[in-house]
Amino acid sequence: MTLPSQATTGTGAGDGDSVGRAPSPAAEAGGSALVGRSPAQLMWRRFRRDRTGVVSACIVAFYFLVALLAPVISWLYGKDPYTTYGQNVPGLLNPYGYPIAPNGGVSGDFWFGLEPGLGRDVFMQLVYGIRTSLSIAIIVTIVTTFIGVVMGIWSGYAGGKTDYVIGRIIDTLLAFPSQLFLIVFLPVVEAAFVSPDEETPVWLRYVSICVVLTVLGWATISRLLRSQVLSLREREFIEAAKVTGASPRRIIFKELLPNLWTPIIIQSTLALPLYVGAEAGLGFLGVGMTEPTPDWGRMFLVGSNVYHQDITYLVFPGVSMVIFVVAFNLLGDSLRDAFDPKTRR
Amino acid sequence: MFRFFVRRLIGAAVIMLIISAVTFFLFYAIPRDPARAFCGKICSPTNLELIRHNLGMDDPLFVQYWHWLTGIFTGRDLVQFGACAAPCLGYSFATQEPVFAAILDRFPVTVSVTLGAAVVILSFGIVTGMIAAWQQGKPLDKIASTSSVIGASLQIYFVGPLVVFFVVDSMGLLPRPSYIPFTEDPLGWFVHLLIPWFVLSIIFTANYTRMTRSVMVEQLAEDYVRTARAKGMSSRTVFLRFAWRGAMIPIVTIFGVDLATLLGGAIITEQTFTLHGIGELAVRAVQNTDLPMLLGVTLVGAFAIVILNIVVDMLYAVIDPRVRLG
Repeated sequence: MTLPSQATTGTGAGDGDSVGRAPSPAAEAGGSALVGRSPAQLMWRRFRRDRTGVVSACIVAFYFLVALLAPVISWLYGKDPYTTYGQNVPGLLNPYGYPIAPNGGVSGDFWFGLEPGLGRDVFMQLVYGIRTSLSIAIIVTIVTTFIGVVMGIWSGYAGGKTDYVIGRIIDTLLAFPSQLFLIVFLPVVEAAFVSPDEETPVWLRYVSICVVLTVLGWATISRLLRSQVLSLREREFIEAAKVTGASPRRIIFKELLPNLWTPIIIQSTLALPLYVGAEAGLGFLGVGMTEPTPDWGRMFLVGSNVYHQDITYLVFPGVSMVIFVVAFNLLGDSLRDAFDPKTRR
Repeated sequence: MFRFFVRRLIGAAVIMLIISAVTFFLFYAIPRDPARAFCGKICSPTNLELIRHNLGMDDPLFVQYWHWLTGIFTGRDLVQFGACAAPCLGYSFATQEPVFAAILDRFPVTVSVTLGAAVVILSFGIVTGMIAAWQQGKPLDKIASTSSVIGASLQIYFVGPLVVFFVVDSMGLLPRPSYIPFTEDPLGWFVHLLIPWFVLSIIFTANYTRMTRSVMVEQLAEDYVRTARAKGMSSRTVFLRFAWRGAMIPIVTIFGVDLATLLGGAIITEQTFTLHGIGELAVRAVQNTDLPMLLGVTLVGAFAIVILNIVVDMLYAVIDPRVRLG
């Protein structure tokens, strides 16, 4: 449940390839044999040749598809994540609440077995759990990236006092013990909306998880972009733009931002799996999404209580999550290579 | 060096002041009255008022924070619980034990897990990384880089139970993880913590292997290595006496960050292996809305991170004489 803190992005400050190309797209080629390609096309060609990257992209796409099509899968599979099959149908769970069939009750009816205790279908829990985890991770990634970009560019471009103040805020945020901060401020955010005696509605928990992860998450990407902006600011093409009387607005959007897309995309690709992990970590500590919303983190919590008797239950969410995170990390690495062929990993 | 040290210490103090203030004021945003919990079932308004006064909760928020802050240095007298000596972080609302003593009591557990794991991770990581650098481009190299991606993608709360299940439940090779004080039984301490160390090292070691390898390769291409070789020094001597020194700098940096992550991540590690350390204390404090305990734990956690950052900066100067602190 660590927050994104990769120190390395691969795009070093003075990286000529990603920096120099921005102001004008690839120049028209002189000879007839040469075809002009935009940076995006070049990147796409490099990415296509990277087999690891393509395979991981397919795996990631598969997870997204499963999340999107969860209701369809549920309909085809004929079960839903809420019904307590094990309690409704006799002969599935023993008196202690564990599945009677071997391997956690895996069978033709229950592909991934049954949840000990409540007797819900593990496969459905997992499929719907992706929705919760992935949607939170996506929202947080988008919002942190946006805030990080705005703050990073602002502090790098404005410099002086603004830079100092934002820099100190980031320092402080990064010095917070992040896991502790997450679990401490979840109740605080909720308390702002509900009085302590009331039950917390599901949507509120969802929103507070997003808010807390965002508050802690934007600092890393912001610090990184700031340093990029600082080095870009001194380069000739920015100076040229200033001399020709371009407004700050134009410099930021037309000159700086196009050069920052590479680190932004790479950073957010690498941050997303970390947020999936962070969200699951909250669930594991018992402060994540509440019942009955299916959630991977809570599956780990249940799994850690029952694993002495029923290890199968823990294996399914565990393996699914490892595959997803590995695929996403490899995808991030491949994207970095495609954007920045010069960087060595 | 000394001036740098003092400046960093002041900066650290400021950051900790901010962190404690933010925690304090934010936590008071929870509209929950700790006095009510002490008052019992039949609670007359006058009684409640008295307890509130005894807890010092009828003062304005700033005054309360000030009392808490000065209490750390001078100690304070809490009417509800009694006197509280100098590094006073108050008394837990939930268990009524002094916060500082509780943290001190749990401290060895968290430190044992973290530092033990750190030793395993660093030694394995650096050794395998050096071997990989020595054998550049050979299969071992590729294994190192692949396993670091997978290792970094694993979650403690998945791998931990898995290892406990197979090593403890199925094969009975090791006892279930728990904490036995080092002073009582050094061997027991070691054996009972092996699994947490091992699991943490699965997740972190490969990263160090990869990093050590890449910085070593960089160092070996430096001019001073070529000079030493040209003067007739054997490649082994260059490798073992010179190159690793330069390689240590980035490793120390990342290690400082990771150690802080490990300490901060103690919450999940301890929860996974049901160890009763500071992380567990924090989780319980959150569940009970136990403000004094929470403030104490946050402060100690932030303190560890800030101090580690300073230590890392000082280490630079020790390893690399070119770095001038000032």
